[in-house]
Amino acid sequence: MPVALKRNAPKETGVTRQSPSAMIDEKALIMSGFGINSEMETKEVLARAGMDADIVHINDLIAGVKRLSEYRLLVFPGGFSYGDDTGAGNAYANRVRNNLWDDLLEFLDGDNLVLGICNGFQILANLGLVPAFDRHFKRDIALMPNRSGRLECRFVSLKPAADNLWTKGIDQMYCPVAHGEGNLSCTPETLLRLKRQKMIAFTYCRDDLTPALGEYPWNPNGSVEDIAGITSADGKVLGLMPHPERAMEFVNLYDWPLKKEQMRRKGLTVPTESMNMQLFRNAVEYFR
Amino acid sequence: MESCVHRIEVRYTTDPRLKMRTSRIRSLGFAVDELHLIDVYTINTSTRDFSEKELAEIGTQLVNPVVQKFLADIPTKIPFDYAIEVGFLPGVTDNVGNTARQTIEDFFSIKFVEGEAVYTSQLFLVCGKLSSTELEKLAATLANPLVNRVIIKTRTEYGNKGMDTIVPVVQLNELPIAETVNLDIGDTELTRIGKEGIVDPLTGQRRGPLALDLAQMHAIRNYFKAQERMPKDVEIESLAQTWSEHCKHTIFASPMDDDVPNGLYKTFIQAATNKIRAEKGDKDICVTVFTDNSGAIIFDDTYLVTHKVETHNSPSALDPFGGALTGIVGVNRDTIGFGLGAKPCINFYGYCTGDPDCDPTLFRGMNKSTPILSPRHILDGVVRGVGVGGNCSGIPTPQGWCWFDNRYVGKPLVFAGTVGVMPREFTGRKLYEKEAAPGDLIVVAGGRVGKDGIHGATFSSEALDPKSPVTAVQIGDPITQKKLSDVIVKEARDLEMYSSITDNGAGGISCSVAEMAKECNGCHVYLDKVPLKYHGMAPWEIWISESQERMTLAVPKEKIDVFMSLMQSREVEATVIGKFTDSGKCVVEWHGNVVMDIDLDFLHDGVPKKHLATTYTQKTYPEPDSSCPDSLDATMRSMLQRKNLCSKEFISIQYDHTVQGGHVLGPVQGTGRVQADATLTKVIPVSKKGVGLSQGLFPTYSEIDPYLMAGAAIDTAIRGLIAIGVPLDTIAILDNFCWCSSDEPERLGQLKRAAQGCYDYAVQFGTPFISGKDSMYNDFSGFDADNNPVRVSVPPTLLISSIGIHKDVTKSVSMDAKIDGDLVYVIGETFEELGGSEYFALLGGTGNTIPKLDAALVKARYGRLTDALNHELVASAFPVSHGGLGIALAKVAIAGQLGMDITIPSAMRSDYFLFSESLGRFVVTVAPDHKRAFELCCGADARLLGRVGGKNLRITSDKLLVNLPVSELTMVYKAPFRGY
Repeated sequence: MPVALKRNAPKETGVTRQSPSAMIDEKALIMSGFGINSEMETKEVLARAGMDADIVHINDLIAGVKRLSEYRLLVFPGGFSYGDDTGAGNAYANRVRNNLWDDLLEFLDGDNLVLGICNGFQILANLGLVPAFDRHFKRDIALMPNRSGRLECRFVSLKPAADNLWTKGIDQMYCPVAHGEGNLSCTPETLLRLKRQKMIAFTYCRDDLTPALGEYPWNPNGSVEDIAGITSADGKVLGLMPHPERAMEFVNLYDWPLKKEQMRRKGLTVPTESMNMQLFRNAVEYFR
Repeated sequence: MESCVHRIEVRYTTDPRLKMRTSRIRSLGFAVDELHLIDVYTINTSTRDFSEKELAEIGTQLVNPVVQKFLADIPTKIPFDYAIEVGFLPGVTDNVGNTARQTIEDFFSIKFVEGEAVYTSQLFLVCGKLSSTELEKLAATLANPLVNRVIIKTRTEYGNKGMDTIVPVVQLNELPIAETVNLDIGDTELTRIGKEGIVDPLTGQRRGPLALDLAQMHAIRNYFKAQERMPKDVEIESLAQTWSEHCKHTIFASPMDDDVPNGLYKTFIQAATNKIRAEKGDKDICVTVFTDNSGAIIFDDTYLVTHKVETHNSPSALDPFGGALTGIVGVNRDTIGFGLGAKPCINFYGYCTGDPDCDPTLFRGMNKSTPILSPRHILDGVVRGVGVGGNCSGIPTPQGWCWFDNRYVGKPLVFAGTVGVMPREFTGRKLYEKEAAPGDLIVVAGGRVGKDGIHGATFSSEALDPKSPVTAVQIGDPITQKKLSDVIVKEARDLEMYSSITDNGAGGISCSVAEMAKECNGCHVYLDKVPLKYHGMAPWEIWISESQERMTLAVPKEKIDVFMSLMQSREVEATVIGKFTDSGKCVVEWHGNVVMDIDLDFLHDGVPKKHLATTYTQKTYPEPDSSCPDSLDATMRSMLQRKNLCSKEFISIQYDHTVQGGHVLGPVQGTGRVQADATLTKVIPVSKKGVGLSQGLFPTYSEIDPYLMAGAAIDTAIRGLIAIGVPLDTIAILDNFCWCSSDEPERLGQLKRAAQGCYDYAVQFGTPFISGKDSMYNDFSGFDADNNPVRVSVPPTLLISSIGIHKDVTKSVSMDAKIDGDLVYVIGETFEELGGSEYFALLGGTGNTIPKLDAALVKARYGRLTDALNHELVASAFPVSHGGLGIALAKVAIAGQLGMDITIPSAMRSDYFLFSESLGRFVVTVAPDHKRAFELCCGADARLLGRVGGKNLRITSDKLLVNLPVSELTMVYKAPFRGY
């Protein structure tokens, strides 16, 4: 027998979201469909950072049911679009390029931001939205299969490698990677330009923030120069392999039980949020 | 127009996986210098051709030019010695090919017509000198003859032309009509039909086993005699599916001996749940039990969570990757098909295989034909299959386990489970209830129907001829299902577009439609409307095909247009194939002819009941003969290296366990990364609550005492959750019986005792069963190399899976020792109970004394520990399980990368004390400041053993027994599966 339902019971909330007044008016569009799978936690993390988001199926954009021009932040979330067939992010990027290219160019012309996480980064790379030197949208980097030859899911430490709108106030991030193809590769010339134009946003590092130097597991995929994420030349597009949105709370962090115990012994208050929230706050702050 | 075929070969300019791929294949014993991999796309069109320029455009879409190159209609020319191309057999789902087709369609704004397709294959270019036998063996490692075709060429044969272009088009000759079957025949022939199948009038071949016994065949004959007509093949096949052990669980349902007239399920499983629910009264946690695709319990006032664990053993034995993949995506559909559709939010796995280091020479056929796959091959495949399923679907897979025993060499067990979440109601509609109404349209959504999985795994592999008939193996397509799942659970459900839904698993639409027809009492199906992968399927095949990724829905007429247009906009194929009625009948038409017309009552309840008789003999086994060594250092090392106790972290890290953002306590824990026994996941971001999962499994106890075995499994499944802070009153359990030789009274006797144990212990703990499944014939019959018949049966295996709700995840604890100076306690008493233990297995014996459980006693203990955890008095907690206290202490130390100084009592033999598997115990560490409060809370049950500190694990009784650096323990614990 089904149990009786308690009607109008108050919703339990363990986490405080932004009060409505702290929410900005600008909205984010989170792409979905064809195997994108991190859209819901991405919406949640943006809400906590103060920005409302719509999850929109790519076919609804193509059909004109929703319009990119109504949004200020475009997010390609994590997932396994098209099951990584023909290369991670490639088939979804083809779908965007073959159907939404003009809308996307118009969006990039405006004072807008684009964020791609994991599969989203792979899509951005295949679209040429990063690095986009001289606003030239061609494929200059590749996210190749991990050196281990398979998907790696583990927590990694990240260090900002540039001062930009995304990295403001971040000393360190600690969040999971979960990808089979995150091994960033490019020509030496491209790498030089990435460095010279300060487009390397985050690098993998050891827990004490010293460089990973390509060493597994700190660098989980063999990425050149430990690169975890890069921005476009104009800084408004960020592509990032690790998943800060999957560790928005303190209890999402791999080492939280140990950290909690250490803090309690020192009489410190245990936080509810993780340090990874700052990345999303920065994006929202840009529009304030 | 003639068909135009083009071949595009894609390769990395510098392949990042080359080294790893080569070293993996070398580790399997092949003297290969380099193993290159080329991705091949074969484009077959008939309505248009592609120019050279267009092919270059297609190629560009299929590569990343920064690191990849492509060649169109030109063979790859890099130095190599042999080429092995592995493609799919005709009719096998080709996911990459489908995606490439969509990309090409988008780019040129065209649509491929029927018969046009892109096929993919993998071209391995081998550098190294191999004999032709070795080459064949290498090809066999790279391919599976059941789903793959293989072509091998030497460099000379490859020449300038490269590989041959092959289009694996399905060609079927069968005349698709429903045949009439005469059952007015002798018992011998009836038995044969039941066993081997209906004779196909065209080929003269039997169509494959129906698994109907003589009594069942009589029942069918009598039914049609009363109807005064002969049955169609569709009807008999349909009855065989619906009455199968898989669907009706005849062994669990049949009366047994004199004392179980209502069968094991009703008497021991369902009755336990009923009693517990009645006793809990308004504290009952169950929402839906046994009746739906999953079981469901209350999560909070707003949400419920579901759980279901399935097995996919036979398919995984033949095609480990495909079998495990379809296993996990199949149980995902049990979530999507729960109520009006729950969102899959946690995957769960369990694998029983032979020791991956052994390579038994056993064959399915005589004269060394059809060798069984090695345990290593099976393990690799199933690990990958469940991983791909979960990873591609965006469902985290934190919780799982492996168990190795060479009695699983013939038939591995693959458990796959899924937890779902959904609101208990939406705009006043209870989402956990569903009912198809007469007049509702029957809609099938998702993948198309092919000959996949007809008659389950009863097929033989055909020669590697591209024109050979389609295979019966299922290949999962997680992305097709992900699209389907998203549109159902995230859109259509809350738009109230349908009134009922269920998944298509065993028996395909024959079972799903007939099952839903019970809700309204009838259905009428037009089989010719069912979308097919290819022409030429017979009606009976369409009706029972187990093609994956399909759900069946009941859509009210007035909602069909909005429903169909939503499906179309999400690129999910949906088709109306009939309507639900209240005729009391299941009627099926094929091109205007009725090919099935059976009373629903007969279809569902006409199966004759068997009466099962059981026997039980208490067996005794020799006790190991050894004395306790002076130092247990070597013993500790050997124990930690046992495959059932050591780290299998390679699985945990290739399974995405963080997607959906709910990771709290993951599969590996602590600085030292030790695999935990329980995990905790948040499934509702704004709630403090979390879902804990754990399990218990003791196959080595079964032959000694199945009743106590069940107790051990239930206690362990519960205790895993108690240790992380899940209170007992929120815990529900699931049973999966994987038995063997279930026609033997002695095996049935063991089953009965295990089921009795399930009842007794579940009731004593107050933990209801909410779902279960059984798989009764896990036996292998084959031959050794000398044609001697060999039978390998799995040990009777009972998996108890547990699910519980943590009230505040910030108070949960992980297993790792955390701070120098913390106190180490063992909670619960240790008895000399080593029968069936890992330690006795190490000593080469079985023994007889397996752990006994005093459920009332431990229940009170668990309540006290829950209190201590609620008051945050405990820094770490870990249940003592396989391997005993010694292993638990070592794991807690390794996880924390901290030493421990432990003193154990000297009354019992020290090795027995350390490795006894007595139930009901935990190792916990406690801050010195909390000593008094903790001891007050846990009482005399908690015995102080020592302190955390130093670099070594030191264990002393009246003398120093173990003194090993934690760094060494770590190495030993992780050694066996390094390199996997």
